[in-house]
Amino acid sequence: MDLFSCDVLIVGGGGAGLRAAIAVAETHPKLRVAVISKVYPMRSHTVSAEGGAAAVIKEQDSLDEHAYDTISGGDWLSDQDAVEAFVREAPQEMLRLEHWGCPWSREPDGHIAVRPFGGMKIERTWFAADKTGFHLLHALFQTTLKYDAIERYDEFFVTKLLVDEGRCQGVVAIELGTGQVRAIAARAVILCTGGCGKVFPFTTNANIKNGDGMALAYRAGAPLKDMEFVQYHPTGLPFTGILITEAARAEGGWLLNKDGYRYLQDYDLGTPTPTPVLRSMELGPRDRLSQCFVKEQEKGRTFEGPYGHYVHLDIRHLGEKLIDRKIPFVRELCLKYVGIDPVHEMIPVRPVVHYMMGGIHTDILGATALPGLYAAGEAACVSINGANRLGSNSLTEILVFGARAGKAAAAFALEQAAMSPSLVAQAHDEHRRLEERFLRKSGGKEKIATLRAEMHQIMEESAGIYRTETALKEATGRLKRLQERFDDLSLDDDSYTFNTELPAALELSYMLDVAQAIVQSALERRESRGSHQRSDFPQRDDERFLAHSLAYRAEDAYPRIEYRPVTITRWPPGKRVYGR
Amino acid sequence: MTSTVALTVARYRPEKESEPTWETYEIPFRKDWVVLDALNHVKDRLDGSLSFRWSCRMGVCGSCGMKVNGTPKLTCATFLSDYLPGPIRVEPLDYFPVVRDLVVDITDFVRKLKQVKPWIIRKEEKALDEGEYLQTPDQLDAYKQFSMCINCMLCYSACPIYGLEPGFIGPAAIALAQRYNMDSRDQGAAERLEILSEPDGIWQCTFVGECTKVCPKHVDPAGAIQQYKLSAATHWVKSLLLPWGTR
Repeated sequence: MDLFSCDVLIVGGGGAGLRAAIAVAETHPKLRVAVISKVYPMRSHTVSAEGGAAAVIKEQDSLDEHAYDTISGGDWLSDQDAVEAFVREAPQEMLRLEHWGCPWSREPDGHIAVRPFGGMKIERTWFAADKTGFHLLHALFQTTLKYDAIERYDEFFVTKLLVDEGRCQGVVAIELGTGQVRAIAARAVILCTGGCGKVFPFTTNANIKNGDGMALAYRAGAPLKDMEFVQYHPTGLPFTGILITEAARAEGGWLLNKDGYRYLQDYDLGTPTPTPVLRSMELGPRDRLSQCFVKEQEKGRTFEGPYGHYVHLDIRHLGEKLIDRKIPFVRELCLKYVGIDPVHEMIPVRPVVHYMMGGIHTDILGATALPGLYAAGEAACVSINGANRLGSNSLTEILVFGARAGKAAAAFALEQAAMSPSLVAQAHDEHRRLEERFLRKSGGKEKIATLRAEMHQIMEESAGIYRTETALKEATGRLKRLQERFDDLSLDDDSYTFNTELPAALELSYMLDVAQAIVQSALERRESRGSHQRSDFPQRDDERFLAHSLAYRAEDAYPRIEYRPVTITRWPPGKRVYGR
Repeated sequence: MTSTVALTVARYRPEKESEPTWETYEIPFRKDWVVLDALNHVKDRLDGSLSFRWSCRMGVCGSCGMKVNGTPKLTCATFLSDYLPGPIRVEPLDYFPVVRDLVVDITDFVRKLKQVKPWIIRKEEKALDEGEYLQTPDQLDAYKQFSMCINCMLCYSACPIYGLEPGFIGPAAIALAQRYNMDSRDQGAAERLEILSEPDGIWQCTFVGECTKVCPKHVDPAGAIQQYKLSAATHWVKSLLLPWGTR
């Protein structure tokens, strides 16, 4: 087996990974940094982010306001030292992107324009029309091309972390084009693999978002933090789950029930006004808006369609000119995928799984519990997002914490001696596992699609917007049985050349691990906070649960859950107030 | 209402066969299904060994470009209902080596992308604490269209010049170079011109315009190439008249 090596290896080529790579290349130009990804970097899911990225730049704004919005939006589960670092470094990170060519939308005088966003009291969301993630990713990717120190392993699928002498020293990966199994040794590894929305059936997430990095870290003994916090975005298109950006509401869109009534006014989110009011009504936080939808459905005031219940998002009154200038992608997506023109018709929308607040537990520098292993972006949980992330904080997060993780990993790499001689043997074992368990296995009965569909059903029934002890408890058993059935998997494809079925099988196994962590964490958090709503424990319980959950993997048993305190600096836990 | 539709898919498994073959699958017809949904139906229910790339399913990641009934398309944005009663023929994109089934090798493009230096080039970088470069909405509009490319490769697959001359740097890479040339923050046009006026650069293009026709994001690479030729010619004339420098 060929052994490749580098100093810092970054798994994942989305926004966090690429930002980390540039941080390494700029701070320590002599280090060899490599980005390994199962797709070409420009395919990464950062590309789908639409509305914008938050950072304080305007005079009327302040870092404290951004911090308070983030902390109250997260229902006081955010670590406040992390939030303070985040809001402080956000403006310079965004400016850096501007200097690297990101086509930010502008004021008439050429300055950066900002727009309002949900849960934010002051306008601070930078945007590139409504394809912010797309432009941010391409600007970052293109900028990485100028650094010769950044190598890439495109279309390599990571199957295992190499760990020896108590530190992470690289990965084993399948080169998809040839099917060759490779070992890549590194002095430090950063996981930037994104979230795991595909654990659920109805999601805005791309097909590649399977919690790969979360499962890799979890299997290597690092805990997953706050996994019970799953964000439902209130406005997805039925059937496809395609996201209609919050910017549609920020620009003045209304949510209407089947009677044409702006129903959010019934849920302590403020009173309706013709133009948007910050932190009010349609500009409330995502968790609250998605919960309101469920209540509205229970009252029989939603529409019923072939793909479930839905309400209307009305942007007709904004007019064609504004829609085409500020949110053209909304119109493009509606025309293409729903066959309606939102200039003239209302958009059917329903809540859809969008984002994981939880992820690999890291400190404020991006270090995980395993020495040599770092994480950033949606794969990680620092945590700035607490129990509910505010729209437009995640694009900024991948920049701030991508850069932090890059710098910290580079500093760690500089201190490490040569790699352990045992890595090659470990890689051989992993190669053998892939052959025996998958490619050369005979006699299995289970199919990927069947198991995946059952996982989806379990997750939707137990870990949706409202949860109960009974459903979660049942789900833990059902997921464990699915894990056992996974051992009986059978593949149709035994070839090496661009085999896409083998990665799909490995992704399913990652998702099953992540699903167990989500369900167990949700089961043991017997309170309601942010996006985690327990019908049987409807109140927030700061006495017992002002704490992060940490899920540890246990062989042949349910995950073990521990708790660690939330860091509070200047904002003691208070009541979340919107619309007044 | 048609209840099923035939999907005829190009298969190529280099470990098992020396030439591509065709395989036809009977797919349930649903009016909101795109061609990619049909391929996933095959993969999940009929034959797990079919290989193709896909990710976002909303027309922005650029992974799922294939030929549908002979035309390069994003399969996640191409509806079955537009091809009734079928059969619907799905093949890999033209002019790229086929790796397996519907997967093509795009490393040539990825190499060319880097050649055109698609990043902001400046003689002097502005310090971060001096804030943003000012750029008016009109200055943004000057390059915005060329910044919308998703690297889906449909334009290369439609370009007969690329088919004949694989060295041709190609529509998307040239449009991207022009995206940076037209950006008011950039000062690298002369550097890029050195690359693009080489034999494999812009002059290869005979303005067939197929690239613009198939582009799913209305980037208009053909327009970019024409613009570029014009500025390159102007640059060349100026360099004759003003040999001491044109800038």
